[in-house]
Amino acid sequence: MYRYDRFDHQLVAERVAQFRDQVRRRLSGELKEDEFRVLRLQNGVYMQVHAYMMRLAAPYGMVSSDQMRMFAHIARKYDRGYGHFTTRQNIQFNWLKLQDTPDILADLATVEAHAIQTSGNCIRNITTDEFAGVAQDELIDPRPYAELLRQWSTLHPEFAYLPRKFKLSITGAAQDRAAIEINDVGLQVVKNAQGEVGFRVLVGGGLGRTPVIGTEINAFVPWQHIITFAESIVRVYNEFGRRDNLYKARIKILVKAIGIDEFRRQVEEEWKLNKDGPSTLTQAELDRVAACFTAPGYVTLPAEDVAVAALQRDNKAFSSWLKRNVKSHKIAGYAAVELSLKRTGIAPGDATAEQMEAAAALADKYSFGELRITHMQNLVLADVKRSDLIALWEAAKVQGFATPNIGLLTDIICCPGGDFCTLANARSITLAKAVDERFDDIDYLQDIGEVDLNISGCVNACAHHHVGHIGILGVDKSGDEWYQVSIGGAKGSPAAIGKIIGRSFSFAQIPEVVSRLLQVYVKARFADERFIDTVRRVGLDPFVEYVYATPVPEEAKLLLPDYELIQQGTPYDAPYYSPRF
Amino acid sequence: MLIKNNEIVTDEWTVLRLQEGEAANSVVVPEGKVIVPLPVWNCQHDALQGRTELGLWLAGFERAEDIPDAVHRFPVIAIDFHKYTDGRGYTLAYRLRKQMGYRGELRAMGDVLHDQLFYLKRVGFDAFALPKDKDAQAALAGFTDFSLSYQASVDLDAPLHRRVTRGSAA
Repeated sequence: MYRYDRFDHQLVAERVAQFRDQVRRRLSGELKEDEFRVLRLQNGVYMQVHAYMMRLAAPYGMVSSDQMRMFAHIARKYDRGYGHFTTRQNIQFNWLKLQDTPDILADLATVEAHAIQTSGNCIRNITTDEFAGVAQDELIDPRPYAELLRQWSTLHPEFAYLPRKFKLSITGAAQDRAAIEINDVGLQVVKNAQGEVGFRVLVGGGLGRTPVIGTEINAFVPWQHIITFAESIVRVYNEFGRRDNLYKARIKILVKAIGIDEFRRQVEEEWKLNKDGPSTLTQAELDRVAACFTAPGYVTLPAEDVAVAALQRDNKAFSSWLKRNVKSHKIAGYAAVELSLKRTGIAPGDATAEQMEAAAALADKYSFGELRITHMQNLVLADVKRSDLIALWEAAKVQGFATPNIGLLTDIICCPGGDFCTLANARSITLAKAVDERFDDIDYLQDIGEVDLNISGCVNACAHHHVGHIGILGVDKSGDEWYQVSIGGAKGSPAAIGKIIGRSFSFAQIPEVVSRLLQVYVKARFADERFIDTVRRVGLDPFVEYVYATPVPEEAKLLLPDYELIQQGTPYDAPYYSPRF
Repeated sequence: MLIKNNEIVTDEWTVLRLQEGEAANSVVVPEGKVIVPLPVWNCQHDALQGRTELGLWLAGFERAEDIPDAVHRFPVIAIDFHKYTDGRGYTLAYRLRKQMGYRGELRAMGDVLHDQLFYLKRVGFDAFALPKDKDAQAALAGFTDFSLSYQASVDLDAPLHRRVTRGSAA
């Protein structure tokens, strides 16, 4: 992975000092909250329901074992012993004190990490394929380009106060695992007929209040010019994106308003002025960065391991795990292994300090000391010898990482929701727990197969409910929490926005609604057809008809006042420091 | 309070802002060093043409490209930040300096604060009129928040990788 040189170190150190001074001025009252809010957001610090939350950057999801151990240290020293991995391939901590945040950044800097631009109306952490560099269907490793774009966007002086947040995603594989169609800018690394590397560029995708699939703005931008092209897009957006209405400020609204052709014309016009200028990438710089992403020391191994094959035959649990959590690898004899962070009773994406340390140790032992965070909120060990799979499986079980549910219904993507977040209309983690408890039969889940279930607590769509095969959205109806259900969404290859099936449901009805959707699928499916493919083939009607045919009962235990999120740690005995008071 | 060349100096200029009931075509532009809003210049440029000590100010939504030839006649152009979070002024400044070649004083005014000074300077501002209630002396520290930058902008012609030899591990 990318290693800092002395310039990267210096920049991050100066950022820590800058933020330390800003926090000092906030605590002394010199900075008003309104002046401080944007500064803290650009360092990932939010003021939430109970405490400050901080989102740390894991650029394009890559994390070293040292960094993972540092996350554990932060969880233990400054939080309540756990952290939450996010859909943006980052990690966030939910129970922090403002006065600790500069120390957290200083600790992070010691392992070449930061929290720069993990929030705010600026260019955010760039995301990519969690199997970058190892996927069999990969054409080009996107990570060197992701790192070049990270450096360009980091502390960019012109683009710190955009109309709204700006998200970039990049993939280099045939199958889009980076959801490039639902990012403000999506990049697909491609080769042209001459074999030259460049990018197919999409613009104006996004979820939130107005979900839109991105449109192609350029079929091939040679790699040397990607910085100037991206800069041209952001400059036009900074100038003309709407600033009068928060909900109409994303680039997708601008592109819709003036049309892709006019937007493209303006970007091309701008590009003429800086294309071939000094911001053009050089081969030397690409080579320097790409050298950080060369293949690790693979050894020659047989494609299949005899012991693994034998245990796969004899042990159903192992065989399920192999099927769901172990992915193919471009090098014979190796595999990419997903550590599931989804198990009953635990908020999706949550991990304790002990689990983080264990994951770091597994990475050191089995995967060249590196991990990836996935947008599904799990972890990946990307370079595991197949002959180590049995030992790794045993170790993963001990840590609760071996739930064989990757891609299945209970691999739920979920935002913090009403239990933590000030924006939410409804609880999402608690609802994920209720669904999890209802569908705890792994055989049934295996039979149902791949279903993306996404639960967002509000229209901001942090859990990407629009692109869930089943999407659940918390809505507010005169102060009560209700849930809108959609089906048919997909996050890539190709992406699609789900359609709402009808009037919304109460919290306690949702598990039954999910069950009815699955019953329709089981009856209608062809052999091996996935849920999403059945929905695409038969349409919404059979699902709507069955779900609403009879009144949907409420699950009794979900109505009990003590049915709550599992409490992790005890609340602060004194009020947390809040500048609001 | 005006910061110029890293020092606090007396501001010799007066900013003309249209008051309620005043119109761009009829407002009287006072004598002396006055910075006028774009609509006033647009309406009165024939009358103002002879005045050498005349400045122009632009709001975030206004575009210097609309008067490409005239910009160079102003010794001062100010960009007004009605709110520090309105980032249009940064691109406006970049275009004036980099694409239109404006060489006069480029002033940031309005909600201009300590923590934005570093970026403002990078995109070509060289004068900063802070709100009266702010400590301009303390704000000077904002210019030195960072000693290096990755990207090219107005202050640096090239990105870091073209300026230094990168890659030497710390």
